[in-house]
Amino acid sequence: MSAVGISNVAKYYGKVAALDDVSMTVQDGEFFGLLGPSGGGKTTLLRAIAGFVEPDRGEITIAGKAVSNIPINKRDIGMMFQNYALFPHLTVAENIGFGLSVRHRPKAEIAERVRQLLELVRLSGFEGRKPKQMSGGQQQRIALARALSTNPKVLLLDEPLGALDKKLREEMQFELKQIQRDVGITTVFVTHDQEEALTLSDRIAIMNGGRVEQIGAPRDIYERPRTAFAASFLGTANFFEGVVSGRGDGVTRIELPDGQAIFTTDEAPAGARVTAAVRPEKLLAGPVGAQGQEGRTNTIQGRVMAEVFAGNSVTYKVDAGNKPVTVFVQNRTDERFGPDQTIALTWAPYHTILVAA
Amino acid sequence: MNKASSALSGLYLLLILFFLYIPIIVMMIMSFNRSELYLLPFEFDLVWYQQLAQNDQLIGAARNSIVIALVNTVIATTLGTLTALCFARYEFRGKRVLQGMLVPTLTMPWLITGTAMLMFFFWSGIGRGLHSILLGHVALSLPYVVIIVGARLRSLGVSMEEAAATLGANGWQTFWRVTAPLMAPGIVAAALFAFAISFDQFVISYFLAPVGTSTLPVQIYSAIRKGFTPEINAISTIIILASMVLMIGFARFSKFGGER
Repeated sequence: MSAVGISNVAKYYGKVAALDDVSMTVQDGEFFGLLGPSGGGKTTLLRAIAGFVEPDRGEITIAGKAVSNIPINKRDIGMMFQNYALFPHLTVAENIGFGLSVRHRPKAEIAERVRQLLELVRLSGFEGRKPKQMSGGQQQRIALARALSTNPKVLLLDEPLGALDKKLREEMQFELKQIQRDVGITTVFVTHDQEEALTLSDRIAIMNGGRVEQIGAPRDIYERPRTAFAASFLGTANFFEGVVSGRGDGVTRIELPDGQAIFTTDEAPAGARVTAAVRPEKLLAGPVGAQGQEGRTNTIQGRVMAEVFAGNSVTYKVDAGNKPVTVFVQNRTDERFGPDQTIALTWAPYHTILVAA
Repeated sequence: MNKASSALSGLYLLLILFFLYIPIIVMMIMSFNRSELYLLPFEFDLVWYQQLAQNDQLIGAARNSIVIALVNTVIATTLGTLTALCFARYEFRGKRVLQGMLVPTLTMPWLITGTAMLMFFFWSGIGRGLHSILLGHVALSLPYVVIIVGARLRSLGVSMEEAAATLGANGWQTFWRVTAPLMAPGIVAAALFAFAISFDQFVISYFLAPVGTSTLPVQIYSAIRKGFTPEINAISTIIILASMVLMIGFARFSKFGGER
């Protein structure tokens, strides 16, 4: 059963569409990421699920029930806010117990639940502290415990790790994922951080300009991006624009403006203008002439413009026919390319992906 | 910090304290001095306090001032807090205009406001009296309350109230369990301002006071005009001590609307 259903939801602020005919289905128990740039609509969508934003059109369902007429406090959701929004005047125990307290649950039951949740987030013994007396990472875990306290049907996370520094963020990613799995709660989270989306999500919806660009498992989107935006927002991509000039042997030939040609296993009608994306790590860099020039391998030549050493890999910026191409080279051998050296870049045709511009 | 600049900033602090507190301290000391003409040497005496106890006019005026200031505090703080909440949490037509109208009243000279009020109250039949003084004080202190409580609400943001809603709290629960306790320091600070504005107010009270009744500042002013007696020092000393105790207490409690 779908835990959260979004169908044809639209929201306008004046003439600007914050959400433009958005549809998606989040499965039971799924960790679902909304990824996109700021202004992409992801936060508006999350707030629409929570009930802070009322869609102008479309329907949102939680556990199969339409929620448009259900106020926020009856939607049975748990939400973790970007700044955590812990109540500064209440203790940790009172913060976590707040949801049960407003439901008038017995004191003993609340205390027991608070104890369980603090154990879950590994902060037992902190009951009497005030949020201010805790570190950012601890506050974040308290906020998570509070969001889980009422056993909500869906957990909503707004930039859950955004306020933490890099090292803590990496630690918390694993912990968050672990807790989500243990609890088995359907989770929708918003992030602009592609790494966070990749590591946490079972599936990702990439949003841009109020629309969904692509929905899928992180790996599927990474390997087969459907749009240029999806390709460049999740990972890095080189784009080649050209005209389809024929098909044969299971590959499509694309002629680039500078006369070079590349091949893809994707299909497109002859004469069509297409955009092809190639990931920088799929490119193999080498001296010109060293490659076996088989017709089914892509080979283009270019001049090295810049080199950035990153320890385990080297990034080259290569000028291939007045077009900058980025190449990641694993730091495996002593082979290095100097500035202005002309090198050959090769890759398999199935790594050339035709995307919508 | 080097020695010269350290000495300079010490001097600066000393000058501030000197000009701020020396006149007050001199006045307080003189209230205990026997001489009516401030003659030294100092001779301790409570004569002016004894005279003050028999000065019904001054005591009556002080009572008027305290009652008006307290009632003003309750009314202005309540109305102002509700207004600030409304501005901070709701969208409605004309909100910007109304918010903008708050500010000019702060910069308008009290003399002008007082004159306008006197004319308006006379023309509208409200007339002069303690009731119109109270009306004037509420009108004066309301913008301060709205601005102070509003600043507190703005700095709090809405996310804690939103969090309460997602946790199942209804509007009433959210207000009493989250909003009210969080804005309490702002309300306390605003109430202090409302009290002080009313208690200090001279111009408007002077214009609106009917013959025979007055507030403390008005009474002190007319007493000075007739001829200064150290009774004024005595009542001033009492007020200064009382308000200092009050202020220090509140400042400790609320840090004037800042973070606790």
